[in-house]
Amino acid sequence: MTWEGYTVGALISPLSVLVIFLAGISASIVLPGRLVRYSYGLFALGAAVASVLTFGNGLSFDIRLPVSIFFSMHFSAGGLGSFFCLVLSVIALSVSIYSIGYTADMDRPRIQAVLFSLFIISMYAVFLSADVLTFLISWEVMSLVSYFLVTARIEDDDSHRTGLIYAVMTHTGTAAIITSFLMMAAAAGSLEFDAVRSVLSEQSPLFRSMVFVFAFAGFGTKAGIVPLHVWLPEAHPAAPSNASALMSGVMIKSGIYGILFVAVDLLGADTAWWGWAVLVVGAVSSILGILYALMEKDIKRLLAYSSVENIGIILLAIGSGMLFSSYGMPGLAALAIAAGLYHTINHALFKGLLFMGSGTVIQTVGTKNIEAMGGLIRRMPLTAFFFLTGSVAICALPPFNGFVSEWLIFQSLVLGIKTPVVGSKVMMIVSGAALAMTGAVAAACFVKAFGISFLGLPRSLSAEKAEEAPAPMLAGMAVPAVLCLVLGVMPGIVLDRIADTGLPVVDGIREVAASSLSLTAIVRTPGGFSALSMPVLFLALAGSVAVLLITLRVIIGRAEVRKADVWDCGIGAVTPRMQYTATAFTKPIRVIFDRLYRARRDIRISYRVPPFFVEKLTYHSEITPIFEKWLYRPIIRAVGFIARRIQLLQSGSLHLYLGYVLGTLIILLLVWGR
Amino acid sequence: METVIAAGQAVLLVLCAPLLQGMIKKIKALCQGRRGFGILQPYRDLHRLFIKDMVVARSASWIFHAAPYIVFASTVAAALFVPVIINRGGALGLGDIIVIVYTLALGKFFTALAGLDTGTAFGGEGSSREMTVGLLVEPMMMLAVFTAAVAAGSTNVALISVPKSFFLSPANVLAFVAFYIAVIAETGRIPVDNPDTHLELTMIHEGMILEYSGRYLALIEWSHWIKQILLLTLAADLFFPYGIAAGAEGIVFASGAWILKMLLLGTALALTESSRVKLRFFKLPALLGGAFVLSLLSLVTFIVMGK
Repeated sequence: MTWEGYTVGALISPLSVLVIFLAGISASIVLPGRLVRYSYGLFALGAAVASVLTFGNGLSFDIRLPVSIFFSMHFSAGGLGSFFCLVLSVIALSVSIYSIGYTADMDRPRIQAVLFSLFIISMYAVFLSADVLTFLISWEVMSLVSYFLVTARIEDDDSHRTGLIYAVMTHTGTAAIITSFLMMAAAAGSLEFDAVRSVLSEQSPLFRSMVFVFAFAGFGTKAGIVPLHVWLPEAHPAAPSNASALMSGVMIKSGIYGILFVAVDLLGADTAWWGWAVLVVGAVSSILGILYALMEKDIKRLLAYSSVENIGIILLAIGSGMLFSSYGMPGLAALAIAAGLYHTINHALFKGLLFMGSGTVIQTVGTKNIEAMGGLIRRMPLTAFFFLTGSVAICALPPFNGFVSEWLIFQSLVLGIKTPVVGSKVMMIVSGAALAMTGAVAAACFVKAFGISFLGLPRSLSAEKAEEAPAPMLAGMAVPAVLCLVLGVMPGIVLDRIADTGLPVVDGIREVAASSLSLTAIVRTPGGFSALSMPVLFLALAGSVAVLLITLRVIIGRAEVRKADVWDCGIGAVTPRMQYTATAFTKPIRVIFDRLYRARRDIRISYRVPPFFVEKLTYHSEITPIFEKWLYRPIIRAVGFIARRIQLLQSGSLHLYLGYVLGTLIILLLVWGR
Repeated sequence: METVIAAGQAVLLVLCAPLLQGMIKKIKALCQGRRGFGILQPYRDLHRLFIKDMVVARSASWIFHAAPYIVFASTVAAALFVPVIINRGGALGLGDIIVIVYTLALGKFFTALAGLDTGTAFGGEGSSREMTVGLLVEPMMMLAVFTAAVAAGSTNVALISVPKSFFLSPANVLAFVAFYIAVIAETGRIPVDNPDTHLELTMIHEGMILEYSGRYLALIEWSHWIKQILLLTLAADLFFPYGIAAGAEGIVFASGAWILKMLLLGTALALTESSRVKLRFFKLPALLGGAFVLSLLSLVTFIVMGK
């Protein structure tokens, strides 16, 4: 083991994290069955240490681990990767605590615990990789471990199909990433990222654009951009909820990390059309993602599609940052990229929280279908409160964290007026309108998600008997819920961490973050464009509530409240079946956007005495998944067609195969053997 | 001092909101050939509701109880950021237009949740329609606002509300028309919603709050009226900011100017409502989509023509 220029002390702390995780893995293997879940306590401890280290920016090392005589794995901390390590540490901490109490979907607790921790370690490795090979190995380990997490649970055809979709998509993406990275490495003649960075600027525009396109497609697949998002709504619901929280909270962010790393850090984001591409993909992903989320009745698929939306929002920020950067406006680029990073940590927090909340509900109600929930707020008040916090935060409503990042993104997009080209001015501001629409659809979506599952009357027997989650799960959800508020009221905490990343374009961010920890902290956007003071906004809201309560109490006194049944138009009794369902709630939107949804409905009525006395009515409605139908199905068919043609080569005869080998060898010798 | 001015103007909006509502109702009554109530009637309604007892559904959770306070408080908090008579230039980081819109959205979010809370079909129906209208209104309203913002070089209302030549330009007029349609939709008026109905086929906002009574209903109605006067003031600030005082001097003239603008815009709302029919719900995308095109034209006009 070698380290250059760093003291042993700098290595002790990150190694201690690794040691704690390894202890946790051993514990999950040796502990008796009932106690396996306590090994998550060790993972939580490791993640807690890592959180403290990364938050205090104490993670700084450069280390080569000799894996074999041929190569060593090169990791280094600092910069962009450290910020993502912070995101990972915080989410890993809360999800590990949560997992101590989580029992649903844990068919193989031992294996799942090991996979869970390997998943976390592999993500650290991705964010800390300092050369091409190390990155690709870590990336592949991350993909494989998450594949096993998706398929480890149940053994039916559905999970195999899901696993196949995930494996194919993720490996297609990886192939694109490998292409991009090997192109870079070949140009640099070195696998080190530092060497790559210095030679990339000398390459031809075409070469650089190809590197960008492959990286964007590959990392975009992992992030879940439309139309490469199809694996997300399949894989997230199939994984156990603690794994989904990590996948949606952190793993898809590794795609964002990759895009930022290649396009901004390595390539310098100096070509305008890259920014355009990212911006347009971001706008499309955010709107389509949330419109599809709105139609889902499966709570986890809903959250998965909402992740597509949020990735789109992050890309809106990154795309505008890249545009600013290409037009030579570093201050504005810094603002936009900071906004994107802010939304990255925010989305990790509230999506992690919401996936944990959905897992809690699934554990007690036993279904993912929100039409079978209802009234849970009375049986599970704390879970409901945490889920509501996550919902308000993800809808970008003040005073929570989602609002701050979306405000910054709005600022970046409206500041697009400063770009020199008419097209980008219009496009960026219209993207601002798209973001506004995304926010409104998200509000509808989460009014539905929370309202149908937690409010109203119980829609099923199991919802009626639901019980509050055990303490560790509640504690695991409390961490991100509190952070959603803290990062909303005190944006400086995050902005300082973003400034620490030291991306060349983020140099200007410290002005934005100036004096950010005080109570009158103001976030200013460049050029005096606008300013936001979250503490003041928070005080305005809290103060208004306080003044209102006191005034009412003093002037009128307590109100007498009489309990009664709801207005039922004289029918006599309102039953849970008369409530608005999730399907009914979204019906107007389904009708208005029918061009997109292409909904089909199927109504079957059986009569006792036709046509007056209806015995049974079944209503089935579904939307057409356009990407699956018109993009992926033709591709799958084409692949199948080609595969059948290639089959002709496979006779099954060993002699023929040896002949192939010989033929190939001869051709190779003829071409390169001179 | 900034805080006092902000609080004072918010209080002004809160206190004048029922008056504007009374005036709009009076004009509507006159248009329909009725004498109508006195314009102080909304104050009497509020008083009556405030002293009444409440009937609350057995199935209601704490969301139902909290929503009226959150709605009222978020509307008042938004009002704190709007320049009404005096414009001090947006110190303290107050007055960003996106903050105002999203603070109002917080109230809408909780009203919609409250509609689903009691488990009645009317509430769910109202929530569903409100959120649908919301997602059609939001993009075009923000686009109209952005046009005003880029013209002023800031998203801060205090900086937008400074008189300059832009205000008589085509871009500004187009953006104003779009914003006006957004105000109609956000305040639940004809042709988008009918504020006077309790017919389940047509109600949107009324459906969500059907289960409310007494004090809670008073709070929700009042905050709805505050939102109305706030949005009209905002329309005046963004698209016609003449007459706003920059300090304590000129406050009399500024008050007169604001009252005049509210009278004009309120009359416009009343006349629009009296002269139009309510649109079928699924015709709304045409109206609101049309308004989106107006905002887009406004933006493009501004960028291409520079004014």
